[in-house]
Amino acid sequence: MSAVVGTSAVHDSAHLHVCGTARYLDDLPEPAGLLHAFIALSPHAHARISAMDLSAVATAPGVVAVMAAADVPGVNDVGPAMPGDPIFAPGLVEYHGQSIFAVAAGSIGAARRAAALAKIEYELLQPILTIDDAMAQQAFVLPSKTLRRGNPEAALAAAPHRLSGRLAMGGQEHFYLEGQAALAVPGEDGDIVVHGSTQHPTEVQHLTARALGLSDHAVVCQTRRMGGAFGGKESQASLVAVIAALLAQRTGRPVKLRLDRDDDMILTGKRHDFRVLYDVGFDGEGVVSAISFDFASRCGMSPDLSAAINDRAMFHADNAYFLEHALIVSHRCKTHTVSNTAFRGFGGPQGMVAIEHVMDAIARHLDLEPLLVRQRNFYGAAPRNVTPYGMRVEDNITSALVAKLAETADYATRRADVSAFNAAHLWRKRGIALTPVKFGISFTLTQMNQAGALVHVYTDGSVLLNHGGTEMGQGLNTKVAMIVADVFGLSLARVKITATTTEKVPNTSPTAASSGSDLNGRAAQVAAETIRDRLAGVASADFGVPAEQIRFMDGLVSGGGKSQSFVEIVRSAYRQRLSLSSTGFYRTPGLAYDAETMTGRPFFYFAYGAAVSEVEIDTLTGEYRLTRVDILHDCGRSLNPAIDIGQIEGGFVQGAGWLTTEELWWDERGRLRTHAPSTYKIPACGDVPADFRVALYHNENVEETVHRAKAVGEPPLMLAISVLHALRDAVASVGSGPVALDAPATPERVLMAIESRRSQVALAEAAE
Amino acid sequence: MTDARDSVSFLLGHAPREIRGADPTMTVLEWLRGKAGLCGTKEGCAEGDCGACTVVLAETVGAGLRYRAMNACILFLPALDGKQLITVEHLAERALHPVQQAMVTYHASQCGFCTPGFVMAMFAAAHTAPVVDRGAVDTLLAGNLCRCTGYRSIADATLDVCAAPVDDQFTEAEATTLAVLAALPKGPLALRHGGRRFWAPDSLATLAALVEAYPEAVILAGGTDVVLWVTKQFRELDAVIAIGGVAELRELTTDGGVLRIGAGVCYTDAMAVLAGLHPALGELVRRIGSVQVRNSGTIGGNIANGSPIGDMPPALMALGARLVLRRGVVTRELPIEDFFLAYRHTALAPGEFIERMDIPILLEGAVLAVNKVSKRPDQDISAVCGAFMVVIADGWVADIRIAYGGMAGVPARAPAAEQALLGRPWNEATIRGAMAAIEEDFSPLSDMRASAAYRATVARNLLLKLYLDHAA
Ligand SMILES: Cc1cc2nc3c(=O)[nH]c(=O)nc-3n(C[C@H](O)[C@H](O)[C@H](O)COP(=O)(O)OP(=O)(O)OC[C@H]3O[C@@H](n4cnc5c(N)ncnc54)[C@H](O)[C@@H]3O)c2cc1C
Ligand code: FES
Ligand code: FES
Repeated sequence: MSAVVGTSAVHDSAHLHVCGTARYLDDLPEPAGLLHAFIALSPHAHARISAMDLSAVATAPGVVAVMAAADVPGVNDVGPAMPGDPIFAPGLVEYHGQSIFAVAAGSIGAARRAAALAKIEYELLQPILTIDDAMAQQAFVLPSKTLRRGNPEAALAAAPHRLSGRLAMGGQEHFYLEGQAALAVPGEDGDIVVHGSTQHPTEVQHLTARALGLSDHAVVCQTRRMGGAFGGKESQASLVAVIAALLAQRTGRPVKLRLDRDDDMILTGKRHDFRVLYDVGFDGEGVVSAISFDFASRCGMSPDLSAAINDRAMFHADNAYFLEHALIVSHRCKTHTVSNTAFRGFGGPQGMVAIEHVMDAIARHLDLEPLLVRQRNFYGAAPRNVTPYGMRVEDNITSALVAKLAETADYATRRADVSAFNAAHLWRKRGIALTPVKFGISFTLTQMNQAGALVHVYTDGSVLLNHGGTEMGQGLNTKVAMIVADVFGLSLARVKITATTTEKVPNTSPTAASSGSDLNGRAAQVAAETIRDRLAGVASADFGVPAEQIRFMDGLVSGGGKSQSFVEIVRSAYRQRLSLSSTGFYRTPGLAYDAETMTGRPFFYFAYGAAVSEVEIDTLTGEYRLTRVDILHDCGRSLNPAIDIGQIEGGFVQGAGWLTTEELWWDERGRLRTHAPSTYKIPACGDVPADFRVALYHNENVEETVHRAKAVGEPPLMLAISVLHALRDAVASVGSGPVALDAPATPERVLMAIESRRSQVALAEAAE
Repeated sequence: MTDARDSVSFLLGHAPREIRGADPTMTVLEWLRGKAGLCGTKEGCAEGDCGACTVVLAETVGAGLRYRAMNACILFLPALDGKQLITVEHLAERALHPVQQAMVTYHASQCGFCTPGFVMAMFAAAHTAPVVDRGAVDTLLAGNLCRCTGYRSIADATLDVCAAPVDDQFTEAEATTLAVLAALPKGPLALRHGGRRFWAPDSLATLAALVEAYPEAVILAGGTDVVLWVTKQFRELDAVIAIGGVAELRELTTDGGVLRIGAGVCYTDAMAVLAGLHPALGELVRRIGSVQVRNSGTIGGNIANGSPIGDMPPALMALGARLVLRRGVVTRELPIEDFFLAYRHTALAPGEFIERMDIPILLEGAVLAVNKVSKRPDQDISAVCGAFMVVIADGWVADIRIAYGGMAGVPARAPAAEQALLGRPWNEATIRGAMAAIEEDFSPLSDMRASAAYRATVARNLLLKLYLDHAA
């Protein structure tokens, strides 16, 4: 097999990362005459600007330009899918921290000081801040949607058991370590180059052109790498880039705009928080016959990407379970808070948290082992293999994968150990849980499932590769380079990937939906194969064997017992005036999805996984520790096991953060008060158990993906739902009644859930 | 101050540097990335919480060099004076440094933005204590956030490369470095930048005179609170007096059953002694900030800051600590609980400063418990911090001191709860009484860290826990 694909090659920038020589946006050499920009943020959540006087800002020392809504030459909006995200508030302010105007000055300090001189009068309006407020006022950014299969009302009424309830889960700040930043450099003839830290260079290009009143071909957007993104630099990178470009156009000078951490957290969108109502019918074995879900998510002040995100939540309300009769309603609430956006999983995690909660509630209601209830509800053979949206689950490996994990993680024994521990300890309690993941791969907006690449072979045999994807740490460039090296039979060192730029590959999709290597890897493979076929033609003529018999391996081109080095064949091709450059294009086959009815096949395939988490909690303070995690995850035939394991571990820990310590807290005036790492707590090293066992499940993709691999960016995040359920399990060991534990399960929520289950009197009595 | 220098001298890697006329409230991070053009050190938060800006300061201690990881984003430039500043750019010479190589080998970087900070934290560790187990790794890296990897790979790399002291170009050059450091100009600093003044006296007497002469000046110890006023609140500090150069304030002695900690002693230097006093104190200090924060932050600063959620005051109240305050040549002593008057308002008179803390050594048989309760176990600010000292004699409570942080506008004793315990039998009924009495002592507030109800419940439950742990 391949000498490259399937190996644990190190990240192509690893040696730069460790030396501090990998360049991020703010490290780029500063062009002469550079100005620094600052965005002035709204101090109110909902208000009308009744008067705005920026003259003192404009005349402050060091200031070169000031721009507000009226100064935008083109369209004052950066909404990605539909309008609603003004660059500068046009008169109406709809969230605390919204961009009002921007200043460009000789230094960031000068720009910031100048901004404070603005005289703005606001007429305050009543803000809608929470999901409950929005539901009460029926305030939505988009119409509600309904997905229905079978006859849920009748099936619910007929079910032997029925449970209903409510749960809530918080949002999540991306906390990419590198904050949002952009550098815009004006060129000749009004052209502009925008260096962005963005997952979506094409969108930055298009929105910049639209705001500046230019054609797309006058704007180039370039991204070498991001210091993390996680969905937070999909639509959210545009505002920063466009403002830098506007100021560059206005001043004719290069402009850098970098948000400091607090402004970044206040100004940019996050994962949607959800509240869910459910009503479920099931039999005495815990097998679900019907379910009704009512989802309401806080979209914030604009639609942004909320349509697709909430659709994905609906599509993942089944997770790995067959829901025969289902009614899934989704409300997209409008609030006067920052517009929530893409975040790893893109709504999927919220849908899965909902159904996993229901599984747990059923098990506790029937006093059954939660794992057993989950297993009984897994998708199975026909007819129990069709999702509520009508897609057949063709490669369902959930049962086998979960059985294997339960065995390797020693679930049954440890379940008994947990019970024994809990019986023996007064105020320390343990909990354990296994939860599965089934995650649909593809953009649900079918047109986005396309990608392009550009490959050049130079006459020294080195290969330069560009594709439409962006590198944010996920190792995409490494994987795509491996795929191309494999096509040519070269070592990885002979293939270089440079910055993603709209000049080389146009009209790209964002690097999102876990699709990066599936789409771009395939496009690059196609491009490389085009060149390889030309080279094979050359070799075939030279060696006198049919082109199909020519092999590219170990830097050699061989066939019919003869061989030449790759470089020699390349030179022959050059002498024969053959093109050594090619584009490649790929579109995902087989997608057929009707957005009106929400049925069909929105996904190419599913990625699977499962995790067992064990926790220990302190029932007097609610503090806890994650003590062991076992994961078995399906990456298809892994392109690079080390990179895939890195994605699994990183995704899991990020998901655990979302469900435990990461709490976004707004005050009664709609101001986010957790806008820095001092108050917003992402996992630290000590939150990750020393006993952390991750294995790949060997499973070739049944679909013809590149090397039969599977996408791995998002699915592992949802493995962390097992942490929430281990905490629920531990809480359930105290007292009685429902487990009222919403996410994030902070120590406070854990303690309050325990307190509601029992009074502490009994505990101290036991101590006597 | 006569004879004071007006420039900062240090080694940047191996090259001597002198900075004159720069803003003394510029951070080392701003200087590195801006003036020095060294962009390897990253900014992730500019408030000391993420570690992306970690650099290492080496200084002469005894006959050798001592390496310490610092957050460059919360270090004012003058902190470099007399030291060697090592950044990620200095590590790789002909090949990657072993620490860098380990990070590559273990696939421990993804986006790579956090990586230079981890590399530097590990580099410092590789030059100091061996890192023997995962617990030690967690403590070492508590101040370095990574959003991509999930840490497992980084922890493995650390365990591998920091298991034993490394030999590298820095160890090799140690003799030269010591000589060059010794040759750097010494003595107090008096810096000016426009109207801004910055003094770094090198004796207690000059410090006292300066503070008395400029009562409006900001006293700067480790700067882990003060620098944030500049980087986060964008305050302009007109006059700063740094205490770091005053040897008398860095003294740590035990004298007649009393531990005396100078106001300039950083947490890292106090940690072992405090852990020796009682393991609960060692654990408390271990959970304050991170290695980087403890390498500059001081207990004196924690107290003087007057925050209701500082972690040391409750423990020091439970221990019965006293503060020694100085104004000019006059000193006075104060029990620590009398220091906190109201929210962020202390007993310090104009021109006065904290000279040291006197902590009585725990009596034989006394029980001490300190519980810091926060959202995240490592490097987080307390929601509630409770400290308890109790002496039980023949089943009766013979002495009791209870103090909480996070429960009021100041860290405070809990007199009603203490009253409910003192002189009563050590049993559940008594504890229940004390738990009820907590409500008389405090009415906590709700904020982003915790609700009032949670704070009140935890405060009560910590008493129960004290009892359950020491019921026998
Ligand atoms: C990332 C991070 C994490 C942190 N974690 C914690 C934590 O877990 N627990 C906690 O309690 N704190 C924490 N802190 C806060 C801070 O580190 C502590 O309060 C620290 O003890 C302050 O000491 P310092 O020497 O840095 O003080 P500085 O910042 O130098 O000074 C603080 C205040 O004290 C005054 N001052 C300093 N020394 C004296 C003196 N001798 N006499 C009179 N006034 C003086 C200063 O003028 C200033 O008002 C954290 C801070 C950061 C940045
Ligand atoms: S930049 Fe985050 S700690 Fe310094
Ligand atoms: S590798 Fe991206 S933050 Fe650590």
